[in-house]
Amino acid sequence: MSAVVELRDVSKIYTLGSNKIYALDNVNLSIQKGEFISVMGPSGSGKSTLLNLVGCLDLPTGGTVLIDGIDTSGLDDDRLTMIRRDKIGFIFQQFNLIPTLTAIENVEMPMIFGRVPANRLRGKALHLFEMVGLEAMYADHRQNELSGGQQQRVAVARALANDPTLILADEPTGNLDTKTGIAIMNLLSELNERGATIVMVTHDPRLSTYADKTVEMIDGRIDRRID
Amino acid sequence: MYLKLARRNLERHTFRTILAIIGIVIGVMAISSLGILGNSLRLTAHEFIGDIGNELLVFPGYESGETEITEKQYEEMRRITGIEHAIPVSSEGDAIDIRKESTYAGIYGMHGDDMQHILEIEKGHFLRGDSDNCVVGSRLADGYDLRVGSKVTIKDTDFKVVGILAEQGSGVGVSADQAVIISHRMFSKLYDTDGYDQVIVQVRNIEEVEAVKAAIENRFNRREEVVTVMAMNMVLEGANEFFGYISKFLMGIGAISLVVAGVSILNVMLMSTMERTKEIGIMKAIGASKKEIMLMFLLETVILGVFGSLIGGVLSFAGGFIINSIILKDISYLFAPSSLLYIVLGMGFGVFTGLLGGLYPAWKASRLKPLDALRYE
Repeated sequence: MSAVVELRDVSKIYTLGSNKIYALDNVNLSIQKGEFISVMGPSGSGKSTLLNLVGCLDLPTGGTVLIDGIDTSGLDDDRLTMIRRDKIGFIFQQFNLIPTLTAIENVEMPMIFGRVPANRLRGKALHLFEMVGLEAMYADHRQNELSGGQQQRVAVARALANDPTLILADEPTGNLDTKTGIAIMNLLSELNERGATIVMVTHDPRLSTYADKTVEMIDGRIDRRID
Repeated sequence: MYLKLARRNLERHTFRTILAIIGIVIGVMAISSLGILGNSLRLTAHEFIGDIGNELLVFPGYESGETEITEKQYEEMRRITGIEHAIPVSSEGDAIDIRKESTYAGIYGMHGDDMQHILEIEKGHFLRGDSDNCVVGSRLADGYDLRVGSKVTIKDTDFKVVGILAEQGSGVGVSADQAVIISHRMFSKLYDTDGYDQVIVQVRNIEEVEAVKAAIENRFNRREEVVTVMAMNMVLEGANEFFGYISKFLMGIGAISLVVAGVSILNVMLMSTMERTKEIGIMKAIGASKKEIMLMFLLETVILGVFGSLIGGVLSFAGGFIINSIILKDISYLFAPSSLLYIVLGMGFGVFTGLLGGLYPAWKASRLKPLDALRYE
């Protein structure tokens, strides 16, 4: 198995006045293709920082982050954007759909950034709709006409749009009721069974049962790895 | 998709969008309408001066103390080659009486045969030879209800009106509309002069204007400036330049309002960037490059600019119509190709302003760090 994500001695240090805060302190982690990993820990433990580094939204102050074999250190904004576009799909706690776009346009958007030909956009988006269990009738609905669960399904479809190597989910059920949350988690495991590599950040221990591996973090360090 | 997105984002704040567009509309209108006014002024001047481009005006050299052009000088002048007609003119301004009413008019002395070369008759006929009669200008005739056969009194001498001139507009050399024209014989009798105040020289070929001007100056001005020669085509060029400046000045005033419009677009777009910080973060997270973010925002301002310019361009006709009809009382120049050019110019500036006003906000949006933007609430 090849490592999709490889963290080597990764640190992230913020300087506040004369205080140095170690958001991440020499973290080593390797995520293999097809794995479903949940990262747990109390707030401030560094799990979000970890996700941001893996998601190429931020760069480490020390160590090396490899995404699909590419070293992200020293890459400029545009190069990082290209990695996010082609290799990573994001699922956020607040769904984060673009309110001015319809559901299906939200799914098409990353494909447009990825230069997918215009005549193939709609077909692929509808296929993704099916994959995440959304009926085609919701295609032209806007964010405010969809329930939370539906919005998160659109977000999952959007994350899958450019056939990413890696899906990053940040508290994907945090804004959903229990029942809808379970449905979304089932969707993620289903995607994982079909081969998707997923990294999920959560503070809810119940969600860890869906993952192959759980990494527990405290004070910027990995405290425990449970296989 | 980008276009759709831009349109919907503009529709989010309809009122704000409309205000921004109004700014552009006013700016484009100001530039175009004032440009049209300047252009119409220039065209009007052209029409006045246009058909006398082959004329030279010869005056006594006042600076050298000359007060008149003598008969002898005139005879010498008319023999210079290239001259079609040399028309001696005497002029005065004086009070005249019409049916016991007094008014002020220009008095010109001319040969009857010369009149047809520079004047147009509406009713009656021109003077014949050394006639004791007179011909009157159109404004004078209208104002005092003069007809062929009426009587005009100058210095206690009565003149019978034998002809009424067509409206001339403003003329250079002879301003005939508010004037009485009499024969040279009567003029020298009334004002006790032998010479002339000016000679209007019509050159055979317009290309020879400069050569004839030089020939006249060589003949008379060897030692000092005995005569002053004015070429009308020079006047035309001067007028062109002058009205060119006026046009630019007027458009400059218009441009100020466009600058204001540009600042308002800048403001609107900056506000919009702030409000949409989180959206920008999301888009960057899912793979929008700096260039694509910039394109999205610029597209919005270009839409504002194009819309504003289109509306402004159409309204410019109305603006040009109003300004021209108030100031020039003549709207015939509104649709002249050179006037339409100013509308295109105004619209071009409008689009450009939209683009310029959006440049900084778009650049700022594209520079946002995705992580900071995502966290923004």
